[in-house]
Order: sequence, then structure tokens, then C-alpha cells
Amino acid sequence: MSAFFTKSMARNIFYGGTLFSVLLFLALTFHTTWQLPGRIPTETPSQEVARGKALWETRNCIGCHTLLGEGAYFAPELGNVYKRRGPDFIKIWIKAQPTHVPGRRQMPQFNFSDQQLDDLVAFLKWTSEINTEKWPPNIEG
Amino acid sequence: MQLLQYKSQAVAKPYFIAAIGLFVGQILFGLILGLQYVIGDFLFPAIPFNVARMVHTNLLIVWLLFGFMGAAYYLVPEEAETELHSPLLAHLLFWIFLVAGALTVVGYLAVPYAKLAEMTGNELLETMGREFLEQPLPTKLGIVVVALAFLYNIGMTILKGRKTAISIILLTGLVGLAVLFLFAFYNPSNLVKDKYFWWWVVHLWVEGVWELILGAILGFVLLKITGVDREVIEKWLYVIITLTLVTGIIGTGHHYYWIGTPGYWQWWGGVFSALEPVPFFAMTVFCFNMVNRRRRQHPNKAATLWALGTGVMAFLGAGVWGFLHTLAPVNYYTHGTQITAAHGHMAFYGAYVMVVLTIISYAMPMLRGREVNPERSQVLEMWSFWLMTVSMVFITLFLTAAGILQVWLQRIIPNPQSFMAVQDQLAMFYWMRWLAGVVFFAGLAVYLYSFFAKDKPQTVEAGATQPAAT
Repeated sequence: MSAFFTKSMARNIFYGGTLFSVLLFLALTFHTTWQLPGRIPTETPSQEVARGKALWETRNCIGCHTLLGEGAYFAPELGNVYKRRGPDFIKIWIKAQPTHVPGRRQMPQFNFSDQQLDDLVAFLKWTSEINTEKWPPNIEG
Repeated sequence: MQLLQYKSQAVAKPYFIAAIGLFVGQILFGLILGLQYVIGDFLFPAIPFNVARMVHTNLLIVWLLFGFMGAAYYLVPEEAETELHSPLLAHLLFWIFLVAGALTVVGYLAVPYAKLAEMTGNELLETMGREFLEQPLPTKLGIVVVALAFLYNIGMTILKGRKTAISIILLTGLVGLAVLFLFAFYNPSNLVKDKYFWWWVVHLWVEGVWELILGAILGFVLLKITGVDREVIEKWLYVIITLTLVTGIIGTGHHYYWIGTPGYWQWWGGVFSALEPVPFFAMTVFCFNMVNRRRRQHPNKAATLWALGTGVMAFLGAGVWGFLHTLAPVNYYTHGTQITAAHGHMAFYGAYVMVVLTIISYAMPMLRGREVNPERSQVLEMWSFWLMTVSMVFITLFLTAAGILQVWLQRIIPNPQSFMAVQDQLAMFYWMRWLAGVVFFAGLAVYLYSFFAKDKPQTVEAGATQPAAT
């Protein structure tokens, strides 16, 4: 086989194949970005949602929870928690942490203001309305 | 006897030592996490789970980067047949990277994450709090600076010397690593877009450009220990990395099934990522083929074992365990469960941990002034190989079992149970995973000890028939 298939042929296939894949991926990315506005609740997330997302990030929620299935697998999925529990439960739950039940997984107390809790809920509501192709399979996440 | 062909290769040594040191830290935090899975309030509130996990994953990434950089500093001068452009810069970058990494970990552990974000100016450019990209802004900027200066140093060395396929592929992988990291600075408030481009760092690293680095390191070590013709090895390498990028780039789509991106990704991602095991299988065949066709019996048996192990475990962890849940109809049920954790552990160990340990095993004896390690040291190193590898297989199997049960109870049965109710029922598997983790740590201890083990005195005395150990 070595007589027919040389190293420089292999190298050229590498460059060609990679270039083709990159271009195809960029084309698909372009199309996805173009389709996105129809798949999310509001094209530009409100200030409230944006602030809620910043709270989500600076408290490192993803270090225990999943959001649309991505993150750590230590605590429940929160992409659909707004639908599963509703806004009031979410706020009461966050305020009541940690539970201090011996041996149970603990969530820190973040001392959020009412405004911050509203922002966080707004972010979770926005997230729960994303078109996720019917994932998760049921409300338990 | 001059063991290093080029003096400047010696800068690799601190990089390898730091890599191993951080590896130990990573595993210690892994053991903490494993316990927290079954004793939920273990070390709470001193080290909450999310903090320990950040330390565990970030240490992994940082020590692998140390390993990659050490590998580059070791192999590029030899490939380019010239001294490194600037050994001084390499030393300087080592300390900058080590101090930045240490400060980041101290920051994670010492102050609440929100406080750390405030202290480090996260509001200037909000990049923190996304999985694996938790580093504060100054650390992220530091990574960019170190990466650029490192690429300059390596690039200049290759430019002035011989340009081999191995060094060009390594450089391509390293440039890709640095360029894709820039997407860590893009964090739009639109969560779907955020997630979409987050994967450009995470997936295109580990299932893209990192595989080029992996291939180059493995190719270099195989070239050295087997003595097989360079043309053959480099041709194989090109075939492997072509398959890698052609399947892996569009294969990114297997992360775009359920995050708000269009449904067609279930086809694009499914078909292409289903082919991702092919390059890994090619790598397995490559490793065994080269070792079988070897033209010399290299005395570093441990390095040969690590190289073969990488070929097998990368295929199992990244290839087979990836394929298990990559098709959309399967992933619909397994997405974000312990199945993902199982795959993540064996893939990272089998591909990246093992390739770094391969190059360390090959290069470190020479960096320490001996051609190969003494017999007993090699035997211990091979013991550590088996202890770590077999326990990682068991970690993966237990997590897979936990994952299957989790999917069943939480997502398939007619009256699905809540997340926490299901977790309670998985405790037995989590305990077994933790025990396997303890064995892994024991293997790591043997690995560390192997660096200091000498042949027993009587062996040396009786060793008139043995070659001198110089």
C-alpha cells in the first residue's frame, strides 16, 4: 500500500478534509444563529434575565446543577425547574438553604435580596421556555 | 554520556514535575467529591461540592497543559534539530503559569466564588461561572499571555530548524488550543448562544485539537522506542488526525441536541460523532502495529506500556464510551446523567492523562541523567500503570451502572422519581466508585514512589551480567 499512498498524499487529504469540515461547520453555525430567534422566548433577553444569568454564573450554580443537561450531576436539573416547581417555591427554597439535614447534600446560603431572587427566577423562566426539542423526557429533569 | 541531544530540552523537567504534583492534588479533590456523593454534608460548608469540583477539573486541565508544554519543550528541539529559541522564556513562563494556577486554586478555596468574581473584576467582562471556564478574568488573560509566548518560543524553534510532520502537527494542535480558548471570553446573555460557543472551547479542544497534540506526542515516543521508519509513522499520523478532525468538528453537533439549537443537529451530530471512534481505533492499531514492527528492543519497558495503554484506553474511554450515548435517541435519555460522568472519566484518563504519563515515562529518565530507570523503578511504574488503569475501568463501570439505573428510575419508568430520590438509591454504586478511587490513589502513590526507587544493593552486586545502569 505504501507505494500508492504516500505521506504527502496523506498530508494533502488532512488539509483538504480539515478545511472542508471547518467550512461546513461555519455554514451550519451561520444557519443555526439565523434560526435561533425563533427558538428562544425573546430575541434579546431582558435586563432582568441578563442579571439573573450573571447571578447564576457568579454563584457557580453549574458546579452542582445541570442546566439543559450540562453542568455537574450532583444536584437537580434546573432548565425546567420553573415549570416543575414554580417561582414561589424556587425563592423559598433558595432562602431556606442550607437544610443542615445530617448526611444530606447541602446547598450554600447566598443571602440574595428580593430583587436578586426575582432576577434569578426571570432567568430560569426564560430558560424553561427555550425550544429544547422536548428535552428532558419528563418534568423530573 | 550526553543523554539529551539538546541542552535546552532540560526545561521540560520542571513542567513534568509540576504536572505530577498537580495531578496528586486533582485526585485528592476527586476523593473528596466521591465522598460528598454519599455523605452529602462532608466538609460542608468549608469546601462545598461545587468548589471541590472546580478544583478537581481545573487542576486536571492545568496539569495536562503543563504536560503538553513539557512535551513540546522536550520533543521540538529534537525534531527541529536545534536548541530551543529561548530556554529563559520557557523558565519564566513556567513560574508565571504555576503561580497563576496556584493563586486561582487558593482563590477558589479561600473566598466564596461571588466574592472572587467581585475581587477580580468579573463585571468588566463576565466570563466566570461556566463549567471548566470558572477561572477569574486575570487568570484567563494570563493563560492567553502564557499561550502566546509559549507558541512564539516553540514556533521560532521550528522555524529555524527541521520541520517534521510530528512538530508541525503538534504546533497546529497547540495553535488551535490557544485560538479556541479565545471563545472563553465570549459570553452573551442569550444562554443558547453562550452554550453554543462554550462548546467551541470544550469540545473542539478535547475532541479536536488536543487529539493532534496527543497524536504528535504518541508518534514521537513510538518513533523513539520502536525505531520504525519516520515516513511510516508520520503517514499514520496524518491519517489519524484527518479522521479526527473530519469526524470531530461536525461531531460538535452531538452537544447541540437539547440546548435550543435546531433539530437537524441530531442528524449532523449523530452521524459524524458516531464516527469519532474510528480515529481512536486507528490509533490503537497504530500503536500495536508500530510496536510489533519495532527494529530495536528499547530498554524503557514502562514507556512502551504507557504508549500501548494510551492506544487502548483512549479508544475505550473516548471511542466506545462516547459512542454509547452519542446517538440522539439514546442521548435523549442519558444526557446529563452519570453516563456522561463515566465517559468523561475514562476518556480524559485514557487519552490525555495517559499520553502525558507516556512522554514523562520516556523523557524523565533522560532529564534526570540516566538512559532508563533501574529495573525495580520500572517494575513499580508498571504496577502503578495497572493499578490506575484497572481502577479507572472500575470507576467507569460503576458510574455506568449508576447512570443506567438513574436513567431508568428518573426518565423511563411510568412514574418517574425525583432527582434526589433516585440519587439515594444509587449510593451503593457511588461507594464502589469511591473505593475504586482509593485504589487509583494508591496506584498514584506507587507511581510517585517509582521515581525514587533504586535497585536493591544485592541485585547490583550480583549484577555482573547486567549492563551498568548509567
